[in-house]
Amino acid sequence: MSTQVGRNHKETAAPPAKGDHAHAPWKASVVAELALVITNEAMNDEYRHLVVSCGEEAARAKPGQFFQLLCPHPPTGEQPFLRRPMSLYGADPETRQVAFLYKVTGAGTRGLDTLKSGDRLDIMGPLGQGFVLDPRWRHIVVVGRGAGLATLAPLAQAAHRVGTAVTAILSARRPELLVSQETFAHHGAEVIAVTDSQASSGPANVERILRQLIADGRCDAFFTCGSSRLMRVQQRLAHEFGLPGQVAMEQQMACGIGLCHCCVRDFRVDGEIVNRRVCCDGPVFNLMEALP
Amino acid sequence: MSTAVTLSVRIGDLHLRNPVMPASGTFAEDLAQVIDFNRLGAIVTKTITRELRNGNPLPRVVEQPGGMINAIGIPSKGVPDFIERTMPHYAPYDTPLVVSISAPTAEGFASLAAELTIPGIAAIEANISCPNIEEDGKAFAMRAESTENVTRQLRAATNLPLWMKLTPNTGDMPDVARAAEAAGADAVVIANTILSMAIDLKTFKPCLGNIMGGLSGPAVKPIILRHVFQCAKAVSIPIIGCGGISTAEDAIEYLLAGASAVQVGTATFLQPAAMTTIIDGLETFCIRREIPRITDLIGAVVVEEADEPDVAWLSPAS
Repeated sequence: MSTQVGRNHKETAAPPAKGDHAHAPWKASVVAELALVITNEAMNDEYRHLVVSCGEEAARAKPGQFFQLLCPHPPTGEQPFLRRPMSLYGADPETRQVAFLYKVTGAGTRGLDTLKSGDRLDIMGPLGQGFVLDPRWRHIVVVGRGAGLATLAPLAQAAHRVGTAVTAILSARRPELLVSQETFAHHGAEVIAVTDSQASSGPANVERILRQLIADGRCDAFFTCGSSRLMRVQQRLAHEFGLPGQVAMEQQMACGIGLCHCCVRDFRVDGEIVNRRVCCDGPVFNLMEALP
Repeated sequence: MSTAVTLSVRIGDLHLRNPVMPASGTFAEDLAQVIDFNRLGAIVTKTITRELRNGNPLPRVVEQPGGMINAIGIPSKGVPDFIERTMPHYAPYDTPLVVSISAPTAEGFASLAAELTIPGIAAIEANISCPNIEEDGKAFAMRAESTENVTRQLRAATNLPLWMKLTPNTGDMPDVARAAEAAGADAVVIANTILSMAIDLKTFKPCLGNIMGGLSGPAVKPIILRHVFQCAKAVSIPIIGCGGISTAEDAIEYLLAGASAVQVGTATFLQPAAMTTIIDGLETFCIRREIPRITDLIGAVVVEEADEPDVAWLSPAS
């Protein structure tokens, strides 16, 4: 099954055995650090691409994980107080960089918009449970829309690395807003762009494409983010064909590390509705347990 | 250099290695990824209740300049889950474990305290102040009589150190603190969040699912600091200060105002290592100022006779 995304960080964060603590060096597995802004540039009319230089741990972030960014105060006079969760767009352990894609929509992102090369940005992460790729899968299907396109982008490289073929169905209002198209294409994925302006992004058309992929034996698992409607289509197909799937979910957060219970969502688990924290039980969840 | 300063404090009979601990509701075992729990003065759990609680509808938090308003609604998995699943996480640490409890009635508080008077629990913090628990934000700690009643019943139910967490949403905090002391509390925690609200101008709806919530963060610090100062003059039991502490300097202000220890909450949401950073800062401050014991700072605010604030002019009657 596709969902080893439960609570495995708990094990890695096991407390030290009694008596060991006196001299055993204690090491944090999550840190906040002042990263160095490399670039912060417009990618299109809506999205901006932020690349920062960071520590080793942060640069080892996995697809589907996220960071909590302490946004600078924008010149509008707004005072963003809480950190902002931002899903990983790219990570390079060799150059020790992480990248984010964001749309300026509120006080926090207006603050991020002010960052210039050479500025410092307080980032905390990587956080949460990311996507899990089962090496037995020969072909996966990625379905994303809106901000979900950024969240899914790092899967392209990760799948390529383990020799899993990818078909990416990328959805946006207009073709120029399809942000991760090149990333997927660059890593050898087949990209199917669907847009509102071309009237190709409706759930019925996406379902038709997915059914064809399943029929062709090119869908061993679903990966999705950014659209409840498209998630429901995949849930239905996953159920019908007995396929696994993973979904990255969003929620307003405060702490980002499981303390405050602000980011809970309902999930259906074994017929019961349960509350889970998106920040630490997710943000990637079993597709079949997610509720819109 | 660490041998030069004694950071340990006493809260009644309970010895803490330093005066810094989490505020209830802002701490969980997950924080072990970020800080070493053996460095903390104490561990304070999220409030637990006897009944299972899902918590409030979303949104549960809205930010404000210098703070946030929350209405989480105390999601609780009940007592057996706490004992079987949460407590073992803290067993490896030799840091005192303080369990925060809440109940809808004084009897409920007492029976919950009795049930949690077990090995592994170092003290009980009775959350008689959370503004979200009761209709319209009312709570036991809004009145001295109800505070005295619930404290007395708790005192009879447990021999563990008993801390009463008070609310600033009352007209006379010193009076409420005196009631807690008279009924046998070992300490008072001052204070919980300040009842507040925010409205979304796009929808004209309250920003929180629960309509009202509790304000916390740096914005509340001067207000709660003043409460600590006033309560310190009213009671002789230790005060644990809690309100907007994000730095060692904030913590020192609280100690000077009369707190024997401090709780750090919202700051952890922004900087998850805030508590250990504060502990380091307290030590550095004491070394720089040649203060041998952190306890030397408790209540050491210098108020000259002539500087005694004349509060009469603040009263509308005068």
